[in-house]
Amino acid sequence: MLGAIGVASVAELFDGIPVELRQRAHLDLAPGLSEPAVRARLESLAARNTGAGLLSFLGAGAYAHFAPAVVDQILQRAEFYSAYTPYQPEVSQGTLQAIFEFQSLVAMLFDQDVANASMYDGASATAEAVLMALRVRSKRHKVLVSGALHPQYRQVVLTYLEGAGHSQVVEIPFDQTGATDLEALADALDDETAAVVVGYPNFFGIVEPLDAVVASAHARGALVISATAETLALGAIKSPGASGGDISVGEGQSLGVPLSYGGPGVGLFATRSEHVRQMPGRLVGETVDGGGRRGYVLTLATREQHIRRERATSNICTNQGLIALAVTVYLSLVGRHGLHKLALTNLRRAHDVASVLCAGPRWRRRFSGPVFNELVIAGYEARAALENARANGVLAGVPLGDWYPELEDCVLVCATEMHSESDVARLVEVLR
Amino acid sequence: MSDGSGKQAGLLLDEPLIFERSRPGRAAFTIEGEAESAAELLPPELRREPIAGFPEVSEPEVLRHFLRLSQWNLGTATTFYPLGSCTMKYNPVINEALARLPGFAGLHPLVPDEMAQGQLELMWELARCLAEICGMEAISLQPAAGAQGELTGMKMVRAYHVDRGRARKKVLIPASAHGTNPASAALAGYSVVPVEGNRLGLLEAEAVRRAMDDDVAALMVTNPNTLGLFEREIVQIAEVVHAKGGLVYLDGANLNALMGVAKPGHMGADVLQFNLHKTFSTPHGGGGPGAGPIGVGESLVPYLPTPRLVRDEQGVHWADHFPKSIGRVRSFHGNAGMHVRAYAYILALGGDGLALATEMAVLAANYIRKSLDSTYPLAVSETCMHECVFSDKGLEAVGIKTLDIAKRLLDFGFYAPTIYFPLVVSGAIMIEPTETESKETLDEFIAAMREIAREAHESPDRLHAAPTRTPVGRLDEARAARHPVLRWRKSGE
Repeated sequence: MLGAIGVASVAELFDGIPVELRQRAHLDLAPGLSEPAVRARLESLAARNTGAGLLSFLGAGAYAHFAPAVVDQILQRAEFYSAYTPYQPEVSQGTLQAIFEFQSLVAMLFDQDVANASMYDGASATAEAVLMALRVRSKRHKVLVSGALHPQYRQVVLTYLEGAGHSQVVEIPFDQTGATDLEALADALDDETAAVVVGYPNFFGIVEPLDAVVASAHARGALVISATAETLALGAIKSPGASGGDISVGEGQSLGVPLSYGGPGVGLFATRSEHVRQMPGRLVGETVDGGGRRGYVLTLATREQHIRRERATSNICTNQGLIALAVTVYLSLVGRHGLHKLALTNLRRAHDVASVLCAGPRWRRRFSGPVFNELVIAGYEARAALENARANGVLAGVPLGDWYPELEDCVLVCATEMHSESDVARLVEVLR
Repeated sequence: MSDGSGKQAGLLLDEPLIFERSRPGRAAFTIEGEAESAAELLPPELRREPIAGFPEVSEPEVLRHFLRLSQWNLGTATTFYPLGSCTMKYNPVINEALARLPGFAGLHPLVPDEMAQGQLELMWELARCLAEICGMEAISLQPAAGAQGELTGMKMVRAYHVDRGRARKKVLIPASAHGTNPASAALAGYSVVPVEGNRLGLLEAEAVRRAMDDDVAALMVTNPNTLGLFEREIVQIAEVVHAKGGLVYLDGANLNALMGVAKPGHMGADVLQFNLHKTFSTPHGGGGPGAGPIGVGESLVPYLPTPRLVRDEQGVHWADHFPKSIGRVRSFHGNAGMHVRAYAYILALGGDGLALATEMAVLAANYIRKSLDSTYPLAVSETCMHECVFSDKGLEAVGIKTLDIAKRLLDFGFYAPTIYFPLVVSGAIMIEPTETESKETLDEFIAAMREIAREAHESPDRLHAAPTRTPVGRLDEARAARHPVLRWRKSGE
């Protein structure tokens, strides 16, 4: 090969790089390892993740659900995982058709007209939704964000908005039901308000009265963005689209994707047809080839960075392809009735936890609003109780004091189809 | 391929949409217990019925459906995928197995730090390796993809300037840059000022000096650039930018050309993003998930996203109290599953192996460059780094353009190079072979490219008709955009 190139050594190929740089470029890293040695090293690290094997009631934006074996079987197909963004549609129809199915499923899940090919995660999808709302309502600059929206989603929104135009974020408090305070919302809404952002269910597990939020926001011409961190809920609770929400985003990790310490997940993004050209992210559309055969291509790319550059709707240049595929396979497997039943099973389990836990003297429900599979309980020395539970091998919930100082005595507990009756009994026992 | 009826036959099987396979009452999933009555736990106005239109299919149907779809894809596992700028190297299968170890895959992001010490140690070590590779001071693993890494970097640039009195207004970006650069700069609130490269597409310190003033927040530069050339004046360019108080953002998209050869930190870079899915072999996944960690020099450390990893005698843990931080760009801790894979890759190769990977990638690119330089015109004839760029110049006469060449390559069983990018080359054909291809594969590809050039003159219609050996022929993209059909709908809807 060197002969064909016409150089004497590989080193000569790097002659264009200043020698001062090359002299200092040595990598002070350990020598390479064999496959068994790499495996041994990683297995020993994995074994130190002692939290992974415990009975866990942690949720708060990442959920341990059952995934049928077929999901991972498909994800391990190298034809899927070793491909890239489908620039050449004729040899990428597998990825493209799967994304088209994903878009269809997400649109139905949210009851919206159109969904994109996915975003990084629920938090950045929420931030992109806010940016989109500011484009759609381009004469307005205010964004009202519910204090009951996932705190990390709120943080990401703030990071994305910093420096991007002269937008202003106002936080709306929550009330005793755990939902966004509708009176405070109505007071804050004005003709400068571009959008209202609420969690659905929100961070406290409460199913927000989205109809009322929408009525209030639309009366002042503001868009409503709902962010669903636990998308499995949409199998049993009213869809955000049916409530009149304008942009519906979410995190799809619940739907067939392992926890993996919080990532990769997949951001879901759906809206009404009228806004599609303001939408961020990749889109797959149906078309035909020269012979009239149906096929799928990336489309409406003139919104995107590789064409529009600094005037693009977003800087995103791919999607979360493989994770979107996982969601597509998962939803195909659980199907129409399975999703409904799973969601109802989660609903039941959380209520089981609430009733047995709050039957004792120590714990009470902090909020009165309707919940899906998570709820906030309050009790004295909440953190000590969690410590004690942990000492007994149970991750009983997420303490809320770090995010909400006023909820220092509160714990967010999540119960799913993965928990048996005896798991719930064990939780009660260690939290007593 | 086709039996003439329009349906596929033989090894290429037709496959409808999953929704079209659906039949009422079919199911692939059961779970114990009665659940229906649970709906009563919700107020009536919040309840939802099973979603009309959702699939009702059996498990074998689902398996068959997605297996058939998989067969309509090319990936690096099936063939040579010379997609320039995307570094489509082999994805070691072992890394897939390791990321699935229950200790990693089953770890909740909010477990107490002491119960995630394996993951945190891994992330700490990965960050240390990345810092060593790029010669930077500190790393954040949080960004979920390269473009999000860019945005994170530019947000930090902004925070740095705001901290010094004003955000400044402009960002300099060469015309050859990836589209994400101007989009990320704009998203961070900056206006974009293009800088022209020289005849070779290289940036000159003098050109940067002319464009540089104290309203420029940063220069975003890709090195090696998108023509596959090392920016020779990068050190002087960085000095020019720094002299006016600006910062240098180095796009690390092409880091595969630099490992063990030159460190961005020594070039004067203040911030860069890594693309773990390119340089560090994590799968591209049909478009993601990627991971886009950022590395920063000392001046930008205070602005890193939170939380940050710190290490003390108790181990590795998360710390949140950095008042100058730009905050979060993603929930939890980034694409941790990708960090596992990238770390396993670095362990397997080691320092010398990474340097060798770079050498072999550059060798392969130059072999292709020289082997095809009398067949297609090169955008620049210099020795290249990890990729080389050709164009379709001269083929207009026979009515052939880059797109035709790309489509014909598919018939030869190869994925196509990146085409029509960089924008500074008309009809660009950008080839990045990576280090993972054998000489035999490169020779087959070279032979195919030569054959296509011959066909372009002798039987151009074959190129116009291509591809013919794929599940579908050339698709009508204009129609897709003009009449967008972006989802399946239940009939009657």
